[in-house]
Amino acid sequence: MLRLDDVTKEFKIGAFGGKSVTAVRKVSFEVVPGEVVSLIGESGSGKSTIGRMILGLNPVTRGSITFDGRPVRAGKEYYRHIQGIFQDPFSSFNPVFKADRVYNMIKEAYYPAVPEAEWAERVEAALSDVRLNPGQVLGKYPHQLSGGQLQRLLIARALLLDIKLLVADEITSMLDASTRIDVLNLLAELKARGLGVLYITHDLSLGTYLAERTVVLRRGSVVEMGLTGRVFGDPLHPYTRELLSAVPRLNQAWDDATAVDSCVYHECGASGALIEAEPGHFVACARLDTCP
Amino acid sequence: MSLQVSELRVYYRTLKGEVRALDGMTFELGDGEILGLVGESGCGKSTLGKSLIRMDGRMRHVAGTVVLDGQELPIGDDRAMNDFRFREVSLIPQYAMSALNPTRKLRRMITELLKSRGSAVDTAELERRMDQVGLSRDMLDRYPIELSGGMKQRMVMVISTLLDPSLLIADEVTSALDVSTQKAVARALLGFRESRYVKSMIFVTHDIALTHHIADTIMVMYAGRLAEKAPADVIVKAPRHPYTKLLLDSLPEVGVRYADRRLEGIPGSPPSLLDPPAGCRFRARCPIAGDECAQDPPVAELAPDHHVACWKA
Repeated sequence: MLRLDDVTKEFKIGAFGGKSVTAVRKVSFEVVPGEVVSLIGESGSGKSTIGRMILGLNPVTRGSITFDGRPVRAGKEYYRHIQGIFQDPFSSFNPVFKADRVYNMIKEAYYPAVPEAEWAERVEAALSDVRLNPGQVLGKYPHQLSGGQLQRLLIARALLLDIKLLVADEITSMLDASTRIDVLNLLAELKARGLGVLYITHDLSLGTYLAERTVVLRRGSVVEMGLTGRVFGDPLHPYTRELLSAVPRLNQAWDDATAVDSCVYHECGASGALIEAEPGHFVACARLDTCP
Repeated sequence: MSLQVSELRVYYRTLKGEVRALDGMTFELGDGEILGLVGESGCGKSTLGKSLIRMDGRMRHVAGTVVLDGQELPIGDDRAMNDFRFREVSLIPQYAMSALNPTRKLRRMITELLKSRGSAVDTAELERRMDQVGLSRDMLDRYPIELSGGMKQRMVMVISTLLDPSLLIADEVTSALDVSTQKAVARALLGFRESRYVKSMIFVTHDIALTHHIADTIMVMYAGRLAEKAPADVIVKAPRHPYTKLLLDSLPEVGVRYADRRLEGIPGSPPSLLDPPAGCRFRARCPIAGDECAQDPPVAELAPDHHVACWKA
């Protein structure tokens, strides 16, 4: 459904754009219907840039992004199938308007012919899909609703369209532990109905909870990708191992992954090309066999 | 005992009335103890941290006392607190990135800061501490913009503890950092305690897993009150308060998959603190609430050092 081929993004920096920085380097992966792919990386790894390019908010420098075989063309028809949700629910809404105005905007832009009564029914159905009580959220201003409610309002807004892919960029990082999991469970239910989700996060535990496949990014390049259980059950790249060992876990002391400390992948001269270590499990480490 | 807080009440003034952000908090903090303070947004954990160092204009100290090393802190009096800030109580703010003056090189900024407190910079000691947190010494001749987020966070940690305060408040210091940087910062905090730069520490966070790694004691707050306080292992392995139990159950861990085990959130949301309901504040969301919960639950010490505010525990 969504396909990225050798996508590269360079940003011009400096006073007259004289310098450039490569934010994303030759990234290729695919999202199919009914699949959650999590894109994991630290700050500056280019994960949000990839999300923005898929949404057509930033142009691609080289390579191609195609959706159902057609290239990204930001516009009404494209956004009918692809929607994005971002980190801060409070800045996603205009604070001077009521939150449910976003639904009227969808109606005006996409379904002007639908009668009011039928539209109200559709909105209620979408709200109940995201486990919101229409009476509690309709007619309220954004500040009267909680972060979890606002994120779910945005998911419901996407559901009103003929949505096929949702780009979820850190959508739960501003939510509390007790509501975060509700939003994740909701995504899992939508996935079961055939929605494809690109789940962008820096939180490894949230990424593994939902995703079938995981893509680990470092400085704009893919270092490892494959089935989530394989990537985190048997990480091959030292960077993935280091990330995993840094995650604080309950019931388990922080271990220093000693093998990682001895690895010099920071200066490693490896080309960074992906190698298929086992079927469907790619890793960008040329010294797999020689490294301890 | 290093810090004793009793019946502390701090309210926010708003147009609609007073928001009871802290409503009768009582706890103690021992010498050399790191207390992890966890809870959902709006539970009062940051208000507690702020109350101990500086209240902003909207906050009002209503009742209760704070005693640090046998001396009462005048927390309601902004000017009188000046003698204690930085020397006795110090703070690492959440956004250390924006806590450094962007127009000064770090060396000059630190010199000016210490001068304002009537002290001079002990460069040897400053550099020794920078070594300890893994910052190179030439950072002092750089501007803050030249440092990465994790470096700035560690720099602020060194600066906040230069005068060896008795109590250090770390407010969400790791929430803006990546996992690997987060680990380095948390380790540095533990190092500060070992080197006795700080006597005791309150580590405010919403990340229970991280708290478990660095805190000796964890205190769980709910809607402006204490829900449970116990040694870190006890909170994680044998919690007694239903809120703590549900909160722990909702934590996704690496390796937990939706397909294998579906985690559940806590239904509902915390009560408004503008006019909080009588009785246990968790009652409306609690799966085991009963008639007695209409009364305020007392904080009971169920086991040594294990305090729980619940009738059913």
